Amino acid sequence: MRIKEHPILKFEHGKKVKFYYNGTELEGYEGETIAAALHAAGIRTMRESIHLHRPRGLFCNIGNCSSCLMVVDGMPNVRVCVEKLREGMRVETQRGKGELK
Amino acid sequence: MRYTEICIIGGGPAGLTAALKAAGLGAEVTLVDRNDYLGGQLIKQTHRFFGSKQQRASERGINIARELSAAVLNNDKIKVLTEATVLGYYEDGVVAVEQHDKFIKIKPQKLIVATGGAEKTLAFPNNDLPGIYGAGAVQTLVNVNGVKPGKKVLMVGAGNIGVIVSYQLIQAGVEVAAIIEAAPTIGAYWVHASKVVRAGVPIYTSHTIKRAWGDQELEGATVVKLDENWQPIAGTEIDFDVDVICLSVGLSPLTELLWQAGCKMAYVPELCGHVPLRNENLETSIPGIYVAGDVGGIEEASAAMMEGALAGLNAAKSLGYHAPDFAEQRAGVLKELEGLRSGPVGEKIRSGLAKVVL
Ligand SMILES: Cc1cc2nc3c(=O)[nH]c(=O)nc-3n(C[C@H](O)[C@H](O)[C@H](O)COP(=O)(O)OP(=O)(O)OC[C@H]3O[C@@H](n4cnc5c(N)ncnc54)[C@H](O)[C@@H]3O)c2cc1C
Ligand code: FES
Repeated sequence: MRIKEHPILKFEHGKKVKFYYNGTELEGYEGETIAAALHAAGIRTMRESIHLHRPRGLFCNIGNCSSCLMVVDGMPNVRVCVEKLREGMRVETQRGKGELK
Repeated sequence: MRYTEICIIGGGPAGLTAALKAAGLGAEVTLVDRNDYLGGQLIKQTHRFFGSKQQRASERGINIARELSAAVLNNDKIKVLTEATVLGYYEDGVVAVEQHDKFIKIKPQKLIVATGGAEKTLAFPNNDLPGIYGAGAVQTLVNVNGVKPGKKVLMVGAGNIGVIVSYQLIQAGVEVAAIIEAAPTIGAYWVHASKVVRAGVPIYTSHTIKRAWGDQELEGATVVKLDENWQPIAGTEIDFDVDVICLSVGLSPLTELLWQAGCKMAYVPELCGHVPLRNENLETSIPGIYVAGDVGGIEEASAAMMEGALAGLNAAKSLGYHAPDFAEQRAGVLKELEGLRSGPVGEKIRSGLAKVVL
């Protein structure tokens, strides 16, 4: 969910873009982080843990901890808390360690 | 290979101030930060600061960040690389950087490490469920991204960060169910704590989190009271149906690059982890490598700025740069630092710093 009213801050956004989360079309703003766009759409699970396959989401939100790795446009191990959203991006849940094609 | 006189890693309050001071003396500086903005932790701090006028008291962190960043970007002695992550430091003094999928090598004459800190987590069953975040992560989400983490939050930790982020969540229209704190008293300043209590958020001291639950995401948490020996008291459990837990249990210094450089380190609990030994100029055991800010021990932005000033001045001086009022500037900074660390509030920091003198 997005914050609509705030006593101190004004949020400025880039233009609206479409992107895909596991094949489903979603909307977000260009230039915001992928993680922010997913959270705004109510999606908080980013990957599966490698051994026990437990769901994982954000922890640090500043690119420090690797809790948020996803497959973006076919590239695995992208930290979506710092990677910026662009038109048409395909974002997928990462399972396992990820493979470079 | 790029050559520079002083390379500064980290563009938080410490790194920015270091850059301005060093460039002020005439040194040529390269500042590297992995974010696409400058300001470090400050860019999400909407509250007003404490401290003295020179430490920018009663200004909001975001405004201090904006001002420092603008000054750095407008200074033609300072070259800024953003979206640039320092990956390593090599024996021959080369700093390895990744920027836009390219590998860059920088060879500085002096290095100032100002990488800040990272949030700690806490061990309890299901602490890995989506919906459980560091408090700083949620602060970034709410104050920078403009997005809510969920509907209802349990805050773990009643230090300044826990309490301030709770207040900022309320400002953003998110419900805070409670703040819990394992210690018998809160660590936050009373001004901030009374604001959240007035807003209707209960603070439970001597309480800790027993477990979280949820299937695919966080659905709730059980909290339990602790006795004087910090042991859980059976039968005192309280359940909260929250979809967000914020862990505000401290930070630890981000020191990987210092380890790699071979700086002498010590574990100092008062400074929140392993930190480098340093002399009064903030130079580490490796000549030419300086530290400033949270990387040398978790403190505050005001102290980070003063340490940045000190490291910047000293690094430039060691290259032969000088200013007529150098001694005055340096003495002024040292006096500010002493003031910040004085009294009962600064006791922990003082005893920690006493253990890291080179
Ligand atoms: C919620 C909250 C409230 C706070 N309130 C106050 C307050 O009221 N008053 C106060 O004085 N202080 C406050 N602080 C503390 C203050 O924000 C920090 O002490 C201060 O930001 C530390 O400054 P720094 O420059 O050392 O590190 P940081 O601000 O953490 O900056 C470090 C920078 O280094 C960069 N970096 C790290 N590693 C690399 C790498 N390998 N390559 C490239 N770049 C890298 C990071 O991206 C970051 O920009 C608060 C902190 C928080 C989280
Ligand atoms: S949440 Fe920590 S790296 Fe993205």
